[in-house]
Amino acid sequence: MDLQGFGHLLISGSWITVQLALTSLVFGLIFGLLGAAAKLSQSRLARGLATGYTTIVRGIPELLLVLTLYFGGAQLLMWAASWFGYDEYIEVGPFAAGVAALSIAFGAYATEVFRMALMEIPRGQWESAYAAGMGRGQTFFRIILPQVWRLALPGLGNLFQVLLKDTALVSVVGLNELMRQASVGAASTKEPFTFYMAAALLYLGLTVIATGITMYLERASNPTTRSRRVRA
Amino acid sequence: MTWEWGIIWQYLPKLLDGAWLTLELIFFSGLIGFLLAVPIALMRAAHNPWLRALPFGYIFFFRGTPLLVQIFLIYYGASQFEFIKESFLWPVLKQPYWCAIIAFSLNTAAYSAELFRGAIQAIPKGELEVANALGMSRPLIIRRIVLPRAFGIALPAYGNELLLMLKSSALASTITLLDLTGMARTIIARTYTPLEMFFAAGMVYLAIAALMIGAFRFLEYRLNRYQYYKHTALPKNIDPQLRDEHLDT
Repeated sequence: MDLQGFGHLLISGSWITVQLALTSLVFGLIFGLLGAAAKLSQSRLARGLATGYTTIVRGIPELLLVLTLYFGGAQLLMWAASWFGYDEYIEVGPFAAGVAALSIAFGAYATEVFRMALMEIPRGQWESAYAAGMGRGQTFFRIILPQVWRLALPGLGNLFQVLLKDTALVSVVGLNELMRQASVGAASTKEPFTFYMAAALLYLGLTVIATGITMYLERASNPTTRSRRVRA
Repeated sequence: MTWEWGIIWQYLPKLLDGAWLTLELIFFSGLIGFLLAVPIALMRAAHNPWLRALPFGYIFFFRGTPLLVQIFLIYYGASQFEFIKESFLWPVLKQPYWCAIIAFSLNTAAYSAELFRGAIQAIPKGELEVANALGMSRPLIIRRIVLPRAFGIALPAYGNELLLMLKSSALASTITLLDLTGMARTIIARTYTPLEMFFAAGMVYLAIAALMIGAFRFLEYRLNRYQYYKHTALPKNIDPQLRDEHLDT
């Protein structure tokens, strides 16, 4: 495959793709945990908000989210800021809009994954932690979350694969990630097939690496398989 | 922030035109994808390891790369080769409409083939053994037992896959097609009201998704009726000739 000196562009694009995916993953996990907590809470309002969030976000295309937050994000932010008396101009770049859109989409699906995982944890775990004198927050972070993590990992791994592939959508609003750099190469050399195939192979490599990491984490977080690995 | 409802109403007919193209795209690619997925799934569930390995590369590629890359590979990539430009395929491959349908079909076929394979392998072994014992040939077993059973098992997951395809059909707007998203983008270029137009487009997507969910619920209720069947006891004073001894317990 002759990339005619555009190879380094694709590599730098892949790096931005990885940064975009990992940043969105962090925010998406936070949204997912908050969403799951709201769905399982006693408050009717919180449950309703969370249900609205997941239904709406799962029903509209990710591309539409990216476009809305890029072209309308500044307007939305300035409107929100004007409530706090801030009236300066705010600009939303493609990276920020991409992270916002991808993490909102990831969070909506992760909400369901976390909710299922949280419901799997027996109530006795909470009760015994309280009996041992732990507070609510302490119980959640020390006892519940490590177990939720193990139960949620397979689902989250799948979602991360989807997220990784969705990063390509941010190229539509002009972020210089892998897909966009491939377009640049294709336009300058008039060899679109070569460049999009190279991009496809790089994406394949990234998904294979992501699958490998997920499998490693799944094994490492499960005590029974972990001990088997140590013995081998 | 200014919000104009008027502009949404004014351009709603145009958006609905776009929604029609979106529906057309997912209908044709759903149909072609389904027809491709069934033989691939049967190959993936075969006993012969060579037959099983064959579709692996296809599924691996289409599930491991973004749909956007696949669309661009077909729409822009095909023009790189002279022999394609001179062949009979070119009148099809130069149109964004057919390129979108080809890309969506190949993509959804890869995902659904994996779903169908899982469903085929989830059919209880006994049912296949009974079919064998009755002396059915392999094609007959596949037609009468494997496919109908697998379809019932895969139906909820397949409904999900079609919903995901509805959402990915928005990518058709990147190759100049005026589907729902593409239409919204064109209108915005003229009016510069991104929030209103994207909001309206999002609501139309939600409505289509709701209709699809409803249709699949209904289909599942019909096809998997045996799971929902509730026997109601007949009244005691009914004519004894009408009683069914096996059902009334």
